[in-house]
Amino acid sequence: MTDDSFKDSVPSLSRGNAVRHWIERGIHAVLWTCAGVSILTTVGIVLVLVFEAAQFFREVSVVEFLTGTRWTPLLSPQHFGILPLVCGTLLVTAGAALVAIPLGLATAIYLSEYASPRVREIVKPVLEVLAGIPSVVYGYLAVTLVSPVIRDVFESKSIFNAASASIVVGIMILPMIVSLSEDVLRSVPKSLREAAYALGSTKLDVTIGVVVPAALSGIMASFLLAISRAIGETMAVTLAAGATPRLTLNPLESVQTMTAYIVQVSQGDVEAGSISYHTIFAVGLALFVWTMLLNILAQWILSRMREKYE
Amino acid sequence: MDFESHAGEIRVIAEAAPNYHRRRQRLSQAFAVVCASATFLCVLILVGLLVSVVWNGIHVIDWQFLIGFPSRDPEKAGIWFALIGSLWLIGLTTLLSVPIGVGAAIYLEEYAAESWWRRLVQLNISNLAGVPSIVYGILGLGLFVRALALERSVISGALTLTLVVLPVVILAAQEALRAVPNTIRHASYALGASRWQTVWYQVLPAALPGIMTGVILAVARALGEAAPLVAVGTAAMVTFAPSSLSDEFTALPLLIFEWASRPQAAFHELAAGAILVLLLVLVVLNMGAVYVRYRYGKRIRW
Repeated sequence: MTDDSFKDSVPSLSRGNAVRHWIERGIHAVLWTCAGVSILTTVGIVLVLVFEAAQFFREVSVVEFLTGTRWTPLLSPQHFGILPLVCGTLLVTAGAALVAIPLGLATAIYLSEYASPRVREIVKPVLEVLAGIPSVVYGYLAVTLVSPVIRDVFESKSIFNAASASIVVGIMILPMIVSLSEDVLRSVPKSLREAAYALGSTKLDVTIGVVVPAALSGIMASFLLAISRAIGETMAVTLAAGATPRLTLNPLESVQTMTAYIVQVSQGDVEAGSISYHTIFAVGLALFVWTMLLNILAQWILSRMREKYE
Repeated sequence: MDFESHAGEIRVIAEAAPNYHRRRQRLSQAFAVVCASATFLCVLILVGLLVSVVWNGIHVIDWQFLIGFPSRDPEKAGIWFALIGSLWLIGLTTLLSVPIGVGAAIYLEEYAAESWWRRLVQLNISNLAGVPSIVYGILGLGLFVRALALERSVISGALTLTLVVLPVVILAAQEALRAVPNTIRHASYALGASRWQTVWYQVLPAALPGIMTGVILAVARALGEAAPLVAVGTAAMVTFAPSSLSDEFTALPLLIFEWASRPQAAFHELAAGAILVLLLVLVVLNMGAVYVRYRYGKRIRW
């Protein structure tokens, strides 16, 4: 073998490397764009909401929108006070939290502290199935299963009521609370439990006195994420709670949530560009800001919690 | 220490101790029972829901129901158009969301250096996962339906659903990529492979079962979503099945919503039947996920 044959192969090798290099650069750019789509989505949401809501706020003052107590954009006289919708949303969400938090936390504690691996193997898929059932199915169940029972028990006349929406939304967010809380409970170091047992604690003392307080911030974060989910929950709430914007704290009455209002307008024939059309963007903006704040707060709590135990 | 002066107290405590101890043990056991019943209740709720749907819906399912067209008469109504619409929708959504989602996950896990940009994208994706799906619907209405003038077409719906499920795909794919041990990458680089060759020939095949599981969960999510479709203005009742991207369409969850919101019990039974069909498709998809995890998850051992 002469030196020449070796030299011959060098240029082609380097040319191949150059091509390879450009392919690599191209692939990098494509992948970067894929990641950029997620940023564009957020930018798109904010732009669309703000731009269309701005047209709404040209005709209705922000103060009237945020403090008004009547919401009748589809009737005349029109009133654009979002408080009844906020009230409906809060009523349903509070009810859902009341259902899901005790049940979810107790289940999480059981799965993390008491259950044998076999029980956990059965219960966790069950919860995954519950989490995978579409929202509209829960709506159907609220209307056909829960609402009749509530009407019989409380002798209420309204077909639609906030209580049945609360119960099904509570069931919907239950898996979220269980799986997130169980994760943080299990992340509490074993040494803490053992130290508590060594001091003569019963299992109850260890769980309530040591494990739950140690995991408390993570548990709170799971509640926040679940509540944010309940606020944004749409189909079940629309089917169960009805379409009556009302400032009430009575769970047996029909109310309208922010999400249900958006559905109501979307289903009707509202002219694009009219003020009623713009209301859904204003309500959507309010919804987006609320859930975003709750999510960011929860993420922040969780990341601090992770730093603590890792 | 001065034991003498506390002798009386110590004796009282010692005498009470067995009782006290027993009471605490009993309390502890009671708490265990409470937590176990909560867990049992969760399982019971699921069983109850499923039994209720099956009980109400099973008898309306027949051939006529599956291939029937929408109708005011509950006896004749069927789900054919909605079924076809849903298949179009999840097909397109998968085609769009999987390449973009997996690409973004590869970028974040394999390419991006730890920087403010990477942190921003990551935080943004976690937040997008928590944005209510109806907000995506409003985005779809403003962007796809109005600004891009795609109207209430299959492609508008699919694009909107793609945005809904993208965070799900990205987060699942990231987790799968993270589970591939670094030794595989190092070995590949040591043999002279480039970054993309390493990703394409080594990392992706190893992460595939995990990615597939995530994809299937995302498809299941897209199949059940109704809120974004309602917001983009998809009608529940259409008179034909879509045959191109620009055709109007309807989907199973919308039909369920429409039937469940009617007062007549006959339509509620139709809703239960449609739910059964929807759940059946979801079960098949999930079984697919389990199969993929089982079949391909075992082949690779490190």
